[in-house]
This record gives sequence, C-alpha cells and structure tokens, in this order.
Amino acid sequence: MSSTTLTVEINQPSTTSAWAGGKEPMNASYGKLMMWFFLLSDAFTFSALLITYGFIRYSHDAYEGAVSAFQFSQMHWPIPEKVFASLPLLHGVNAPLIFVGIMTFVLIMSSVTMVLAVEAGHRKDREAVEKWMLWTLLGGATFLGCQAWEWTHFITGSDEGVMMDSWKYIAETKQYGWVKEVYKGASLVQNEYGPRAFADLFFFITGFHGFHVFSGVLLNALIFFNTAFGVYDKRGSYEMVEKVGLYWHFVDLVWVFVFTFFYLI
Amino acid sequence: MGDMSMADGGAAARKQIWKVFFILLAITAVEFAFAFLLEKSFLRTSIFLVLTIVKAFYIVAEFMHLKHEVKSLIWSIIVPLAFITWFIGAMIYEGGSVLDKHPTTPTITNSK
Repeated sequence: MSSTTLTVEINQPSTTSAWAGGKEPMNASYGKLMMWFFLLSDAFTFSALLITYGFIRYSHDAYEGAVSAFQFSQMHWPIPEKVFASLPLLHGVNAPLIFVGIMTFVLIMSSVTMVLAVEAGHRKDREAVEKWMLWTLLGGATFLGCQAWEWTHFITGSDEGVMMDSWKYIAETKQYGWVKEVYKGASLVQNEYGPRAFADLFFFITGFHGFHVFSGVLLNALIFFNTAFGVYDKRGSYEMVEKVGLYWHFVDLVWVFVFTFFYLI
Repeated sequence: MGDMSMADGGAAARKQIWKVFFILLAITAVEFAFAFLLEKSFLRTSIFLVLTIVKAFYIVAEFMHLKHEVKSLIWSIIVPLAFITWFIGAMIYEGGSVLDKHPTTPTITNSK
C-alpha cells in the first residue's frame, strides 16, 4: 500500500459523524462558540457574587417593622427602595426605585438596538448597522453616566446622616477608636444605610457589572468604527457584530439579575 | 434569523425583536407594580424570581438567538446554567441555616 492512498483516506470527509472534522458541528463559527463559552464562565463569576450576596444578606437581621417607619440602622439590612429613592435635579423628592427603573429601561433599549444592528448585519446593510450601533453606544454611555450619578449619590449620602459609631483616628489619644458622630453616605468601611457589608456588596457587584458595561461600550465603539471603515464589507461578513452583540446582551442579562437581587428583593 | 429574515428583507425578524422588547418592558413594569403593591413576603420574592427567569429566557432565547441554534449548542449552554441555578438556590437555602448558628450581626455598642 502506498502512502498516497493513506493520505486520501485521512482527508476523506466523514459521512458518519458531524464531529469527525471538516464541518461545524454546532453550526456556529469558532469565534461565536468561544464567545458563548466565555459568557458561560462569566455567568459563573456573577453567580458567585450573587451567592455571596445571599449568604451575607441572610446572615444579617432583616427589618421587621412597617415599611413607612423604616430607619437606617447597623442592626438590620436596609430596604432597597428606602436607599435608592432619589432622582437627579429633584433634590428631596421621594422617588423610590424610579431612577434604577430608568437605568433598566435604557439598558434593555440598548439591547434592542444591538439586536437590530445584528439583523442589519445579516442583510449587509452597512448604513443600518452604523445607525443602530450608534444608538447602542448612546445607550451604553447613558447607562454608565446614570451609574456614576447613582454611585456619587450613594457615597455622598443623605442631608441628615445617621448618628453612629465610626472607627477613626482620635488626635488626643493618638490612637484609632470608636467615636460617636453623624456619618453621611458610604465608604468601604462604613455606611449610613445599614451593615458595612451592604455598601461593600453594592460597590462590588454594581461595580463589576459597570466594568462589563464599560468594556462593552469600548467593544461596541470598535465595531462601529470597523463598520464605518468598511472592514466587514471587505471581509464579506458582519459576524463580528453578532459576537459583540452576544456580549452586550449578556451585560443586559446580568443587569436583570442584579436589578432583582439588589433592588427588588 | 437566517432564512426567515432573508425572504422579506428582515421585516419578520425586526417585528419579532420589537415584540420581545415590549414583553421585557411589560414584565419590568409588572415587577415595579408588585414592588409597591405587595408587602415583602415569600410570595413576592418568588414572583420576582420567576419573572426574572422569564426575562432571562427572552433575552437569551431571542436576543442572543440561542433558541434558533442547533440542539447541541443549546444544551451545552443550558445544562451548566441549570446546575449553577440549582447551586445558587442550594447555597442560599443552606447558607441561611449555616449562618443561623452564629450571631453574626455585630452589636455595635463598643464605644467604650
């Protein structure tokens, strides 16, 4: 048997199994599959954060009284609608969860414009892809701006603050110690809203999600410029829009969970 | 979208996208209504979790197009996610019991 015959046999496409090579068994390109599996691993990371949130939250006492009589205290976990009840430019107006509702709407909306960009990509309609990518970019940037406001407000705190024990440097004794004082807002060390871990988890979970949004905006910008410069027309395929679209939808998906766990429950 | 969208210049696909958008919007509105109409309870929390999973389904199935992929890809994503969902539930349930044993809420009265 000559070696030529052997080579021919190896290169013969298999008719028996989709997994024997030469085909895409999952009917998706390598890049798209890898994006899916990356997102799966990212979902594990966010799940770990949510599990941490559940563990820590249920290890603190819940507030038992009437919602109207609720007051911030280190002794119980705060009710989210009492913490997040402000709107920009409307100081002192009680608007529970309205701002975070707007943020949710903005992100879902930008997910819609993204999927419209992907659809336009299927038709190789360059102008439509550009248009919808710009809307998606606008949505992402708006969300980030809202989050910056939300964080600033959370860190700055209420007008009155809460009388509480602060762990700080005392000049007279030249030592750190507990001092009773009015504390406003939040840091990683303490916050006026509730137990220390509440603010820590807020910063970490919304921060980690916000970082994902930020990366998504950068990727979307890249896609927009590549589209505008005709990269995908030259390549003959708009699949990159689809791959980055998957990432962007995932960011929206995570927000749906963060919204439920952090703001609703 | 593939074949379906090509036939009519994508009109059917776009219609579907907007339909999903209005479903997501409606669910979010319902969640808001429940947040203010219902008192905090096991029922309310369950409603929120179910609605969240419904929203997640529409985003993953339609926006991320997973519903229209081949079966092996669908299962490759769904099976690990099903396990992790179970894991979240189990950890929160068991976590509550484990931490019940410890008086973890600090009594902050140590100002001398």
